[in-house]
Amino acid sequence: MNRRAVLAIVRKDLRAVGRSKGVMLPLVLVPLVILGVMPAVVSWVPSLIPPEAMMGVEGFLARMPEGLRAELSGLEGAQRLLVLVLVYFFAPMYLIVPLMVASVIAADSFAGEVERRTAEALLYTPTTDGELFLGKVLAAWLPALGVGLGGFLLYGLVADLCTYRVVGRLLFPNPMWLVLLVWVAPAVAGLGLGTMVLVSSRVRTFQEAYQLGGAVVLPVLLLVVGQITGVLYFSLPVVALLGLLLWAVDAGLLWYGARTFRREALITRL
Amino acid sequence: MTDGKAVIVVEGLSRRFGDVTAVNGLSLKIQEGEVFGLLGHNGAGKTTTIRLLTGVLSPHGGEARVLGLDPTRDGPALRGRTGVLTETPALDERLTARENLSYYADLYGVPRHEVPARVEGLLEEFELADRADEPVGRYSKGMRQRLALARALLPGPELLFLDEPTTGLDPVAAREVRELIVRLSGEEGRTVVLCTHNLVEAQRLCHRVGVLEHGRLVALGTPAELVRGLDRGLRVEVELSPGDEGAVGALRGLPGVLEVVEERPGLLGVKVASPRVVPEIAAAVVGAGGRLYRLQPQEPTLEDFYLALHGGKGGR
Repeated sequence: MNRRAVLAIVRKDLRAVGRSKGVMLPLVLVPLVILGVMPAVVSWVPSLIPPEAMMGVEGFLARMPEGLRAELSGLEGAQRLLVLVLVYFFAPMYLIVPLMVASVIAADSFAGEVERRTAEALLYTPTTDGELFLGKVLAAWLPALGVGLGGFLLYGLVADLCTYRVVGRLLFPNPMWLVLLVWVAPAVAGLGLGTMVLVSSRVRTFQEAYQLGGAVVLPVLLLVVGQITGVLYFSLPVVALLGLLLWAVDAGLLWYGARTFRREALITRL
Repeated sequence: MTDGKAVIVVEGLSRRFGDVTAVNGLSLKIQEGEVFGLLGHNGAGKTTTIRLLTGVLSPHGGEARVLGLDPTRDGPALRGRTGVLTETPALDERLTARENLSYYADLYGVPRHEVPARVEGLLEEFELADRADEPVGRYSKGMRQRLALARALLPGPELLFLDEPTTGLDPVAAREVRELIVRLSGEEGRTVVLCTHNLVEAQRLCHRVGVLEHGRLVALGTPAELVRGLDRGLRVEVELSPGDEGAVGALRGLPGVLEVVEERPGLLGVKVASPRVVPEIAAAVVGAGGRLYRLQPQEPTLEDFYLALHGGKGGR
Protein backbone atom coordinates (compact mmCIF):
# COMPACT_ATOMS: atom_id res chain seq x y z
CA MET A 1 0.00 0.00 0.00
CA ASN A 2 1.43 3.35 -1.09
CA ARG A 3 0.59 5.55 1.91
CA ARG A 4 1.95 8.66 0.26
CA ALA A 5 -0.43 8.30 -2.68
CA VAL A 6 -3.38 7.59 -0.39
CA LEU A 7 -2.64 10.67 1.74
CA ALA A 8 -2.14 12.77 -1.40
CA ILE A 9 -5.64 11.81 -2.58
CA VAL A 10 -7.11 12.65 0.84
CA ARG A 11 -5.32 16.02 0.97
CA LYS A 12 -6.25 16.93 -2.59
CA ASP A 13 -9.93 16.01 -2.18
CA LEU A 14 -10.22 17.98 1.05
CA ARG A 15 -8.48 20.98 -0.46
CA ALA A 16 -10.77 20.89 -3.48
CA VAL A 17 -13.90 20.50 -1.33
CA GLY A 18 -12.77 23.40 0.86
CA ARG A 19 -12.71 25.63 -2.22
CA SER A 20 -16.12 24.63 -3.53
CA LYS A 21 -18.90 26.90 -2.22
CA GLY A 22 -21.58 24.50 -3.40
CA VAL A 23 -20.11 21.72 -1.31
CA MET A 24 -18.97 23.77 1.68
CA LEU A 25 -22.25 25.60 2.21
CA PRO A 26 -24.25 22.59 3.44
CA LEU A 27 -21.22 21.31 5.33
CA VAL A 28 -21.12 24.48 7.42
CA LEU A 29 -24.76 25.51 7.57
CA VAL A 30 -26.44 22.21 8.44
CA PRO A 31 -24.28 21.44 11.53
CA LEU A 32 -24.58 25.06 12.70
CA VAL A 33 -28.36 25.01 12.45
CA ILE A 34 -28.92 21.51 13.86
CA LEU A 35 -26.30 21.59 16.59
CA GLY A 36 -25.98 25.31 17.37
CA VAL A 37 -29.20 27.18 16.65
CA MET A 38 -31.78 24.47 17.29
CA PRO A 39 -30.69 23.50 20.83
CA ALA A 40 -30.61 27.18 21.78
CA VAL A 41 -34.15 27.67 20.48
CA VAL A 42 -35.39 24.46 22.09
CA SER A 43 -33.96 25.55 25.44
CA TRP A 44 -36.31 28.54 25.43
CA VAL A 45 -39.42 26.51 24.78
CA PRO A 46 -40.22 25.47 28.40
CA SER A 47 -40.16 29.10 29.50
CA LEU A 48 -42.78 29.86 26.84
CA ILE A 49 -45.16 27.10 27.87
CA PRO A 50 -47.82 28.28 30.35
CA PRO A 51 -48.05 26.15 33.51
CA GLU A 52 -51.51 24.82 32.60
CA ALA A 53 -50.14 23.55 29.26
CA MET A 54 -47.43 21.58 31.03
CA MET A 55 -50.14 19.06 31.88
CA GLY A 56 -50.31 18.18 28.20
CA VAL A 57 -46.58 17.67 28.18
CA GLU A 58 -46.91 15.36 31.14
CA GLY A 59 -49.49 13.36 29.18
CA PHE A 60 -47.03 13.14 26.29
CA LEU A 61 -44.28 11.94 28.64
CA ALA A 62 -46.61 9.29 29.97
CA ARG A 63 -46.64 7.66 26.52
CA MET A 64 -42.84 7.31 26.52
CA PRO A 65 -41.22 3.90 27.16
CA GLU A 66 -40.91 2.91 30.79
CA GLY A 67 -37.13 2.98 30.79
CA LEU A 68 -37.14 6.55 29.58
CA ARG A 69 -39.74 7.56 32.16
CA ALA A 70 -37.50 6.03 34.83
CA GLU A 71 -34.56 8.04 33.57
CA LEU A 72 -36.61 11.22 33.74
CA SER A 73 -38.03 10.54 37.18
CA GLY A 74 -36.92 12.94 39.83
CA LEU A 75 -37.01 15.86 37.40
CA GLU A 76 -39.64 18.56 37.34
CA GLY A 77 -41.81 19.50 34.33
CA ALA A 78 -39.52 21.94 32.48
CA GLN A 79 -36.42 19.95 33.39
CA ARG A 80 -38.01 16.78 32.06
CA LEU A 81 -38.93 18.40 28.80
CA LEU A 82 -35.43 19.75 28.26
CA VAL A 83 -33.71 16.45 29.05
CA LEU A 84 -36.17 14.54 26.88
CA VAL A 85 -35.71 16.77 23.87
CA LEU A 86 -32.03 17.69 24.13
CA VAL A 87 -30.60 14.40 25.37
CA TYR A 88 -32.90 11.88 23.69
CA PHE A 89 -34.85 13.38 20.78
CA PHE A 90 -31.81 15.24 19.44
CA ALA A 91 -29.56 12.19 19.51
CA PRO A 92 -30.67 10.88 16.08
CA MET A 93 -30.71 14.46 14.76
CA TYR A 94 -27.04 14.67 15.68
CA LEU A 95 -26.35 11.64 13.51
CA ILE A 96 -27.58 13.51 10.46
CA VAL A 97 -24.45 15.67 10.62
CA PRO A 98 -21.70 13.04 10.07
CA LEU A 99 -24.03 11.27 7.64
CA MET A 100 -24.49 14.40 5.57
CA VAL A 101 -20.83 15.42 5.64
CA ALA A 102 -19.66 11.99 4.48
CA SER A 103 -22.35 11.86 1.78
CA VAL A 104 -21.61 15.30 0.33
CA ILE A 105 -17.84 14.78 0.20
CA ALA A 106 -18.17 11.24 -1.16
CA ALA A 107 -20.53 12.44 -3.89
CA ASP A 108 -18.02 15.13 -4.86
CA SER A 109 -15.09 12.77 -4.64
CA PHE A 110 -16.54 9.80 -6.52
CA ALA A 111 -19.26 11.09 -8.87
CA GLY A 112 -17.83 14.63 -9.07
CA GLU A 113 -14.48 13.37 -10.26
CA VAL A 114 -16.20 11.50 -13.10
CA GLU A 115 -18.37 14.51 -13.92
CA ARG A 116 -15.37 16.85 -14.13
CA ARG A 117 -13.43 14.19 -16.07
CA THR A 118 -10.50 14.64 -13.68
CA ALA A 119 -10.75 10.91 -12.99
CA GLU A 120 -9.21 10.13 -16.37
CA ALA A 121 -5.78 11.53 -15.55
CA LEU A 122 -5.97 9.93 -12.11
CA LEU A 123 -6.56 6.50 -13.65
CA TYR A 124 -3.37 6.79 -15.70
CA THR A 125 -1.24 7.13 -12.56
CA PRO A 126 0.54 4.18 -10.93
CA THR A 127 -1.86 4.13 -7.97
CA THR A 128 -3.72 0.84 -7.60
CA ASP A 129 -7.50 0.58 -7.53
CA GLY A 130 -7.30 -0.20 -3.79
CA GLU A 131 -5.22 2.90 -3.06
CA LEU A 132 -7.57 5.12 -5.05
CA PHE A 133 -10.57 3.66 -3.24
CA LEU A 134 -9.01 3.98 0.20
CA GLY A 135 -7.89 7.56 -0.47
CA LYS A 136 -11.36 8.58 -1.55
CA VAL A 137 -13.06 6.77 1.32
CA LEU A 138 -10.80 8.43 3.89
CA ALA A 139 -11.24 11.81 2.22
CA ALA A 140 -14.97 11.60 2.98
CA TRP A 141 -14.85 9.71 6.28
CA LEU A 142 -12.20 11.69 8.20
CA PRO A 143 -13.89 15.09 7.80
CA ALA A 144 -17.20 13.51 8.83
CA LEU A 145 -15.52 12.40 12.07
CA GLY A 146 -14.01 15.86 12.52
CA VAL A 147 -17.29 17.68 11.95
CA GLY A 148 -19.03 15.09 14.13
CA LEU A 149 -16.65 15.85 16.99
CA GLY A 150 -16.88 19.61 16.46
CA GLY A 151 -20.66 19.36 16.31
CA PHE A 152 -20.72 17.29 19.50
CA LEU A 153 -18.69 19.93 21.34
CA LEU A 154 -20.80 22.79 19.96
CA TYR A 155 -24.04 21.03 20.81
CA GLY A 156 -22.92 20.11 24.31
CA LEU A 157 -21.72 23.65 24.97
CA VAL A 158 -24.86 25.36 23.67
CA ALA A 159 -27.18 22.90 25.42
CA ASP A 160 -25.36 23.14 28.75
CA LEU A 161 -25.15 26.93 28.61
CA CYS A 162 -28.83 27.28 27.78
CA THR A 163 -30.21 24.71 30.24
CA TYR A 164 -27.98 24.95 33.29
CA ARG A 165 -30.18 27.53 35.01
CA VAL A 166 -33.26 25.34 34.63
CA VAL A 167 -31.80 21.87 35.08
CA GLY A 168 -29.17 22.77 37.66
CA ARG A 169 -26.55 20.37 36.29
CA LEU A 170 -24.64 19.74 33.05
CA LEU A 171 -26.47 17.52 30.55
CA PHE A 172 -23.35 16.95 28.46
CA PRO A 173 -21.20 15.00 28.14
CA ASN A 174 -23.07 11.91 29.22
CA PRO A 175 -22.35 8.20 28.59
CA MET A 176 -25.01 7.72 25.90
CA TRP A 177 -23.82 10.70 23.85
CA LEU A 178 -20.19 9.63 24.24
CA VAL A 179 -21.08 6.23 22.76
CA LEU A 180 -22.96 8.07 20.06
CA LEU A 181 -19.83 10.10 19.31
CA VAL A 182 -17.19 7.39 19.29
CA TRP A 183 -19.21 4.37 18.13
CA VAL A 184 -22.32 5.38 16.19
CA ALA A 185 -21.29 8.63 14.45
CA PRO A 186 -18.30 7.01 12.66
CA ALA A 187 -20.57 4.15 11.62
CA VAL A 188 -23.31 6.43 10.34
CA ALA A 189 -20.66 8.39 8.40
CA GLY A 190 -19.63 5.05 6.90
CA LEU A 191 -23.25 4.43 5.94
CA GLY A 192 -23.45 7.73 4.05
CA LEU A 193 -20.12 7.07 2.43
CA GLY A 194 -20.88 3.47 1.46
CA THR A 195 -24.24 4.46 0.01
CA MET A 196 -22.65 7.23 -1.99
CA VAL A 197 -19.94 4.91 -3.35
CA LEU A 198 -22.69 2.57 -4.51
CA VAL A 199 -24.81 5.34 -6.03
CA SER A 200 -21.82 7.05 -7.64
CA SER A 201 -20.97 3.93 -9.61
CA ARG A 202 -24.32 4.29 -11.38
CA VAL A 203 -24.61 8.02 -12.02
CA ARG A 204 -22.52 10.61 -13.80
CA THR A 205 -22.93 13.82 -11.81
CA PHE A 206 -22.46 15.09 -8.27
CA GLN A 207 -26.08 16.32 -8.16
CA GLU A 208 -27.51 12.98 -9.26
CA ALA A 209 -25.41 11.17 -6.68
CA TYR A 210 -26.34 13.56 -3.92
CA GLN A 211 -30.06 13.44 -4.72
CA LEU A 212 -30.21 9.65 -4.97
CA GLY A 213 -27.88 9.06 -2.03
CA GLY A 214 -29.90 11.54 0.06
CA ALA A 215 -32.38 8.74 0.69
CA VAL A 216 -29.91 7.38 3.23
CA VAL A 217 -31.14 9.98 5.69
CA LEU A 218 -34.53 8.21 5.88
CA PRO A 219 -33.50 5.57 8.45
CA VAL A 220 -32.19 8.35 10.68
CA LEU A 221 -35.48 10.23 10.36
CA LEU A 222 -37.27 7.01 11.30
CA LEU A 223 -35.22 6.95 14.49
CA VAL A 224 -36.35 10.50 15.24
CA VAL A 225 -39.99 9.56 14.64
CA GLY A 226 -39.55 6.33 16.61
CA GLN A 227 -38.44 8.29 19.64
CA ILE A 228 -41.14 10.96 19.41
CA THR A 229 -43.86 8.34 19.13
CA GLY A 230 -42.43 6.39 22.04
CA VAL A 231 -41.62 3.26 20.02
CA LEU A 232 -38.00 3.32 21.19
CA TYR A 233 -35.61 5.55 23.04
CA PHE A 234 -31.86 6.00 22.84
CA SER A 235 -30.77 4.08 25.90
CA LEU A 236 -27.13 3.06 26.18
CA PRO A 237 -27.75 -0.56 25.02
CA VAL A 238 -29.94 0.59 22.11
CA VAL A 239 -27.28 3.04 20.95
CA ALA A 240 -24.54 0.40 21.25
CA LEU A 241 -26.67 -2.05 19.26
CA LEU A 242 -27.52 0.56 16.65
CA GLY A 243 -23.80 1.19 16.16
CA LEU A 244 -23.13 -2.52 15.73
CA LEU A 245 -25.88 -2.79 13.15
CA LEU A 246 -24.57 0.21 11.24
CA TRP A 247 -21.01 -1.14 11.25
CA ALA A 248 -22.28 -4.42 9.79
CA VAL A 249 -24.13 -2.56 7.01
CA ASP A 250 -21.02 -0.40 6.41
CA ALA A 251 -18.85 -3.47 6.07
CA GLY A 252 -21.19 -4.89 3.43
CA LEU A 253 -21.48 -1.63 1.51
CA LEU A 254 -17.76 -0.89 1.52
CA TRP A 255 -16.87 -4.48 0.61
CA TYR A 256 -19.19 -4.26 -2.37
CA GLY A 257 -17.98 -0.74 -3.20
CA ALA A 258 -14.34 -1.85 -3.17
CA ARG A 259 -15.19 -4.78 -5.44
CA THR A 260 -16.94 -2.56 -7.98
CA PHE A 261 -14.42 0.31 -7.82
CA ARG A 262 -12.36 -0.74 -10.83
CA ARG A 263 -10.37 1.41 -13.23
CA GLU A 264 -11.87 -0.39 -16.11
CA ALA A 265 -15.44 0.37 -15.02
CA LEU A 266 -14.60 3.98 -14.21
CA ILE A 267 -12.84 4.80 -17.45
CA THR A 268 -15.62 3.45 -19.60
CA ARG A 269 -18.00 5.88 -17.88
CA LEU A 270 -15.92 8.91 -18.90
CA MET B 1 15.34 7.28 -33.08
CA THR B 2 17.50 4.36 -32.02
CA ASP B 3 17.07 1.11 -33.88
CA GLY B 4 16.44 -2.27 -32.44
CA LYS B 5 14.78 -2.09 -29.05
CA ALA B 6 11.02 -2.39 -29.25
CA VAL B 7 9.25 -0.45 -26.50
CA ILE B 8 5.77 -1.54 -27.52
CA VAL B 9 5.03 -4.96 -28.99
CA VAL B 10 1.39 -5.71 -29.69
CA GLU B 11 0.04 -8.92 -31.19
CA GLY B 12 -3.60 -9.40 -32.13
CA LEU B 13 -4.88 -7.01 -29.48
CA SER B 14 -8.67 -6.77 -29.30
CA ARG B 15 -11.19 -5.07 -27.09
CA ARG B 16 -14.96 -4.99 -27.33
CA PHE B 17 -17.61 -2.83 -25.66
CA GLY B 18 -20.85 -4.76 -25.95
CA ASP B 19 -21.39 -5.39 -29.65
CA VAL B 20 -18.83 -2.83 -30.72
CA THR B 21 -15.25 -3.95 -31.33
CA ALA B 22 -13.18 -0.89 -30.46
CA VAL B 23 -9.79 -2.47 -31.19
CA ASN B 24 -9.70 -5.40 -33.55
CA GLY B 25 -6.63 -7.63 -33.88
CA LEU B 26 -4.10 -4.81 -33.59
CA SER B 27 -0.48 -5.86 -34.18
CA LEU B 28 2.46 -3.48 -34.26
CA LYS B 29 5.90 -2.71 -32.85
CA ILE B 30 7.12 0.68 -31.77
CA GLN B 31 10.84 1.26 -31.34
CA GLU B 32 12.62 3.15 -28.59
CA GLY B 33 12.90 6.86 -29.37
CA GLU B 34 10.31 6.67 -32.11
CA VAL B 35 7.53 9.20 -32.56
CA PHE B 36 4.65 7.04 -33.69
CA GLY B 37 1.47 8.63 -34.98
CA LEU B 38 -1.83 6.91 -34.36
CA LEU B 39 -4.33 8.31 -36.83
CA GLY B 40 -7.99 7.68 -37.38
CA HIS B 41 -11.45 9.19 -37.20
CA ASN B 42 -13.20 9.77 -33.87
CA GLY B 43 -14.15 6.35 -32.52
CA ALA B 44 -11.52 4.56 -34.62
CA GLY B 45 -9.96 3.04 -31.49
CA LYS B 46 -7.04 5.38 -30.73
CA THR B 47 -7.96 6.20 -27.14
CA THR B 48 -8.93 2.60 -26.40
CA THR B 49 -5.51 1.55 -27.70
CA ILE B 50 -3.81 3.94 -25.24
CA ARG B 51 -5.96 2.58 -22.43
CA LEU B 52 -5.05 -0.98 -23.33
CA LEU B 53 -1.34 -0.17 -23.57
CA THR B 54 -1.32 1.48 -20.14
CA GLY B 55 -3.24 -1.31 -18.42
CA VAL B 56 -6.25 0.87 -17.67
CA LEU B 57 -8.36 -1.50 -19.78
CA SER B 58 -7.86 -5.23 -20.20
CA PRO B 59 -7.88 -6.75 -23.68
CA HIS B 60 -10.39 -9.40 -24.72
CA GLY B 61 -7.83 -10.95 -27.02
CA GLY B 62 -4.19 -10.78 -28.03
CA GLU B 63 -1.27 -9.60 -25.97
CA ALA B 64 0.92 -6.58 -25.44
CA ARG B 65 4.33 -5.88 -23.94
CA VAL B 66 5.06 -2.27 -23.10
CA LEU B 67 8.51 -1.35 -21.73
CA GLY B 68 8.92 -5.09 -21.26
CA LEU B 69 5.86 -5.30 -19.00
CA ASP B 70 2.44 -6.84 -19.38
CA PRO B 71 0.00 -3.90 -19.07
CA THR B 72 -2.76 -6.03 -17.57
CA ARG B 73 -0.60 -7.65 -14.90
CA ASP B 74 1.95 -4.89 -14.28
CA GLY B 75 -0.31 -1.86 -14.75
CA PRO B 76 0.88 0.21 -11.77
CA ALA B 77 4.58 -0.38 -12.53
CA LEU B 78 4.04 0.40 -16.20
CA ARG B 79 2.03 3.55 -15.53
CA GLY B 80 4.82 4.76 -13.25
CA ARG B 81 7.10 4.82 -16.31
CA THR B 82 4.67 6.40 -18.76
CA GLY B 83 3.11 9.81 -19.11
CA VAL B 84 -0.29 10.35 -20.67
CA LEU B 85 -1.74 13.56 -22.02
CA THR B 86 -5.47 12.92 -22.13
CA GLU B 87 -7.72 14.36 -24.81
CA THR B 88 -9.24 16.77 -22.29
CA PRO B 89 -6.76 18.28 -19.80
CA ALA B 90 -8.50 16.57 -16.81
CA LEU B 91 -7.12 19.06 -14.28
CA ASP B 92 -8.77 19.91 -10.99
CA GLU B 93 -9.89 23.47 -11.64
CA ARG B 94 -10.24 24.26 -7.94
CA LEU B 95 -6.53 23.70 -7.38
CA THR B 96 -3.67 25.87 -8.57
CA ALA B 97 -1.22 24.72 -11.21
CA ARG B 98 1.41 24.14 -8.54
CA GLU B 99 -1.01 22.10 -6.44
CA ASN B 100 -2.09 20.03 -9.43
CA LEU B 101 1.52 19.18 -10.28
CA SER B 102 2.50 18.49 -6.66
CA TYR B 103 -0.48 16.17 -6.28
CA TYR B 104 0.51 14.14 -9.31
CA ALA B 105 4.14 14.13 -8.17
CA ASP B 106 2.96 12.33 -5.03
CA LEU B 107 0.84 9.89 -7.04
CA TYR B 108 3.75 9.12 -9.37
CA GLY B 109 6.13 8.71 -6.46
CA VAL B 110 8.54 11.45 -7.53
CA PRO B 111 11.16 11.56 -4.73
CA ARG B 112 9.94 14.09 -2.16
CA HIS B 113 13.11 16.18 -2.20
CA GLU B 114 12.87 16.53 -5.99
CA VAL B 115 9.24 17.61 -6.12
CA PRO B 116 9.60 21.42 -5.61
CA ALA B 117 12.40 21.75 -8.16
CA ARG B 118 10.73 19.51 -10.71
CA VAL B 119 7.38 21.30 -10.39
CA GLU B 120 9.06 24.70 -10.61
CA GLY B 121 11.09 23.60 -13.63
CA LEU B 122 8.00 22.46 -15.51
CA LEU B 123 6.07 25.60 -14.60
CA GLU B 124 8.95 27.65 -16.01
CA GLU B 125 9.33 25.48 -19.10
CA PHE B 126 5.64 25.76 -19.94
CA GLU B 127 5.51 29.48 -19.08
CA LEU B 128 3.04 29.05 -16.24
CA ALA B 129 5.27 30.19 -13.38
CA ASP B 130 3.75 33.68 -13.20
CA ARG B 131 0.28 32.26 -12.57
CA ALA B 132 1.27 29.06 -10.82
CA ASP B 133 -0.69 29.93 -7.68
CA GLU B 134 -3.96 30.77 -9.39
CA PRO B 135 -6.79 28.22 -9.56
CA VAL B 136 -6.69 26.42 -12.89
CA GLY B 137 -10.36 27.35 -13.40
CA ARG B 138 -9.13 30.82 -14.35
CA TYR B 139 -6.75 29.53 -17.01
CA SER B 140 -7.27 29.80 -20.75
CA LYS B 141 -7.69 26.63 -22.80
CA GLY B 142 -4.12 26.87 -24.02
CA MET B 143 -2.73 27.27 -20.50
CA ARG B 144 -4.65 24.22 -19.33
CA GLN B 145 -3.29 22.22 -22.22
CA ARG B 146 0.26 23.31 -21.36
CA LEU B 147 -0.28 22.38 -17.72
CA ALA B 148 -1.64 18.96 -18.71
CA LEU B 149 1.41 18.44 -20.87
CA ALA B 150 3.66 19.44 -17.95
CA ARG B 151 1.84 16.88 -15.81
CA ALA B 152 2.46 14.16 -18.42
CA LEU B 153 6.19 14.95 -18.26
CA LEU B 154 6.29 15.19 -14.47
CA PRO B 155 7.39 11.60 -13.73
CA GLY B 156 10.15 11.78 -16.37
CA PRO B 157 8.46 9.07 -18.46
CA GLU B 158 10.28 6.78 -20.87
CA LEU B 159 7.12 6.51 -22.92
CA LEU B 160 4.63 9.27 -23.63
CA PHE B 161 1.11 8.95 -24.96
CA LEU B 162 -0.08 12.28 -26.28
CA ASP B 163 -3.72 12.58 -27.30
CA GLU B 164 -4.15 15.68 -29.47
CA PRO B 165 -1.33 17.63 -27.78
CA THR B 166 -1.68 20.86 -29.77
CA THR B 167 -5.45 21.17 -29.58
CA GLY B 168 -6.43 24.55 -28.21
CA LEU B 169 -2.96 26.00 -28.45
CA ASP B 170 -2.16 29.17 -30.35
CA PRO B 171 0.25 28.76 -33.30
CA VAL B 172 3.30 29.78 -31.29
CA ALA B 173 2.51 27.45 -28.40
CA ALA B 174 1.66 24.63 -30.83
CA ARG B 175 5.05 25.05 -32.49
CA GLU B 176 6.75 24.92 -29.09
CA VAL B 177 4.96 21.68 -28.30
CA ARG B 178 6.03 20.20 -31.62
CA GLU B 179 9.62 21.24 -30.90
CA LEU B 180 9.31 19.67 -27.48
CA ILE B 181 8.17 16.38 -29.01
CA VAL B 182 11.12 16.43 -31.40
CA ARG B 183 13.46 17.12 -28.49
CA LEU B 184 11.96 14.43 -26.27
CA SER B 185 12.41 11.86 -28.99
CA GLY B 186 15.63 13.07 -30.64
CA GLU B 187 17.74 14.32 -27.75
CA GLU B 188 16.27 12.44 -24.83
CA GLY B 189 15.47 9.19 -26.61
CA ARG B 190 11.93 8.96 -25.27
CA THR B 191 9.26 7.17 -27.21
CA VAL B 192 6.16 9.14 -28.12
CA VAL B 193 2.82 7.77 -29.28
CA LEU B 194 0.94 10.66 -30.78
CA CYS B 195 -2.80 10.47 -31.42
CA THR B 196 -3.83 13.27 -33.70
CA HIS B 197 -6.26 14.46 -36.33
CA ASN B 198 -3.71 17.00 -37.45
CA LEU B 199 -2.16 15.23 -40.43
CA VAL B 200 0.30 18.02 -41.19
CA GLU B 201 1.58 17.69 -37.64
CA ALA B 202 1.77 13.91 -37.96
CA GLN B 203 3.70 14.14 -41.22
CA ARG B 204 6.10 16.64 -39.70
CA LEU B 205 6.71 14.84 -36.40
CA CYS B 206 6.19 11.13 -36.80
CA HIS B 207 8.78 8.61 -37.85
CA ARG B 208 5.97 6.21 -38.64
CA VAL B 209 2.21 6.35 -38.53
CA GLY B 210 -0.52 3.77 -38.20
CA VAL B 211 -4.05 4.41 -39.38
CA LEU B 212 -6.91 2.85 -37.45
CA GLU B 213 -10.33 2.31 -38.93
CA HIS B 214 -13.07 0.65 -36.87
CA GLY B 215 -10.38 -0.68 -34.57
CA ARG B 216 -8.31 -2.24 -37.35
CA LEU B 217 -4.88 -1.09 -38.41
CA VAL B 218 -5.41 -0.37 -42.09
CA ALA B 219 -2.09 1.28 -42.89
CA LEU B 220 1.35 1.36 -41.29
CA GLY B 221 4.61 2.92 -42.42
CA THR B 222 6.61 6.11 -42.61
CA PRO B 223 4.68 9.07 -44.00
CA ALA B 224 6.92 8.93 -47.11
CA GLU B 225 6.21 5.23 -47.66
CA LEU B 226 2.49 5.71 -47.33
CA VAL B 227 2.40 8.69 -49.67
CA ARG B 228 4.57 6.88 -52.21
CA GLY B 229 1.93 4.20 -52.44
CA LEU B 230 -0.65 6.73 -53.65
CA ASP B 231 -1.54 6.15 -57.30
CA ARG B 232 -2.34 9.75 -57.99
CA GLY B 233 0.29 11.18 -60.34
CA LEU B 234 1.84 14.55 -59.56
CA ARG B 235 -0.34 17.57 -59.05
CA VAL B 236 0.83 20.96 -60.31
CA GLU B 237 -0.76 24.29 -59.55
CA VAL B 238 -0.66 26.64 -62.54
CA GLU B 239 -1.63 30.30 -62.25
CA LEU B 240 -2.43 32.14 -65.49
CA SER B 241 -4.34 35.19 -66.66
CA PRO B 242 -8.03 34.49 -65.95
CA GLY B 243 -9.98 33.39 -69.04
CA ASP B 244 -6.93 32.34 -71.05
CA GLU B 245 -8.70 29.55 -72.93
CA GLY B 246 -5.84 29.11 -75.42
CA ALA B 247 -3.35 28.16 -72.72
CA VAL B 248 -5.89 25.86 -71.01
CA GLY B 249 -6.53 24.12 -74.32
CA ALA B 250 -2.78 23.72 -74.92
CA LEU B 251 -2.38 22.10 -71.52
CA ARG B 252 -5.28 19.71 -72.09
CA GLY B 253 -3.62 18.54 -75.31
CA LEU B 254 -0.15 18.16 -73.79
CA PRO B 255 1.20 14.55 -73.68
CA GLY B 256 1.61 13.38 -70.06
CA VAL B 257 -1.16 15.64 -68.69
CA LEU B 258 -3.82 13.45 -67.08
CA GLU B 259 -6.31 16.05 -65.95
CA VAL B 260 -6.83 19.80 -65.92
CA VAL B 261 -9.27 21.31 -63.44
CA GLU B 262 -10.03 25.02 -63.24
CA GLU B 263 -10.23 25.53 -59.50
CA ARG B 264 -11.01 29.25 -59.76
CA PRO B 265 -10.54 31.80 -62.53
CA GLY B 266 -6.86 31.79 -63.40
CA LEU B 267 -5.89 28.87 -61.17
CA LEU B 268 -5.58 25.40 -62.66
CA GLY B 269 -4.95 22.10 -60.93
CA VAL B 270 -3.04 19.97 -63.42
CA LYS B 271 -2.38 16.30 -62.82
CA VAL B 272 0.62 14.96 -64.70
CA ALA B 273 2.05 11.47 -65.16
CA SER B 274 5.61 12.37 -64.12
CA PRO B 275 7.80 15.29 -62.97
CA ARG B 276 9.34 15.39 -66.45
CA VAL B 277 6.11 16.97 -67.75
CA VAL B 278 6.45 20.05 -65.49
CA PRO B 279 8.79 22.08 -67.79
CA GLU B 280 6.54 21.16 -70.73
CA ILE B 281 3.63 22.88 -68.97
CA ALA B 282 5.56 26.14 -68.85
CA ALA B 283 6.51 25.78 -72.51
CA ALA B 284 2.92 24.97 -73.55
CA VAL B 285 1.45 28.00 -71.75
CA VAL B 286 4.05 30.38 -73.17
CA GLY B 287 3.78 28.75 -76.61
CA ALA B 288 0.01 29.38 -76.60
CA GLY B 289 0.63 33.07 -75.87
CA GLY B 290 -0.49 32.80 -72.26
CA ARG B 291 0.97 34.66 -69.28
CA LEU B 292 2.30 32.33 -66.61
CA TYR B 293 2.38 33.75 -63.08
CA ARG B 294 3.11 30.63 -61.05
CA LEU B 295 3.92 26.96 -61.60
CA GLN B 296 4.10 24.87 -58.43
CA PRO B 297 4.39 21.08 -58.23
CA GLN B 298 2.53 19.77 -55.16
CA GLU B 299 4.10 16.84 -53.35
CA PRO B 300 1.46 14.39 -52.12
CA THR B 301 0.94 14.61 -48.40
CA LEU B 302 -0.16 12.35 -45.60
CA GLU B 303 -3.49 14.13 -45.76
CA ASP B 304 -3.87 13.05 -49.42
CA PHE B 305 -3.08 9.51 -48.38
CA TYR B 306 -5.49 9.61 -45.46
CA LEU B 307 -8.32 11.02 -47.51
CA ALA B 308 -7.70 8.50 -50.29
CA LEU B 309 -7.69 5.70 -47.73
CA HIS B 310 -11.02 6.78 -46.34
CA GLY B 311 -12.60 7.13 -49.75
CA GLY B 312 -12.41 10.92 -49.76
CA LYS B 313 -10.86 13.21 -52.30
CA GLY B 314 -7.44 11.82 -53.06
CA GLY B 315 -5.76 15.02 -54.09
CA ARG B 316 -6.36 18.66 -53.45
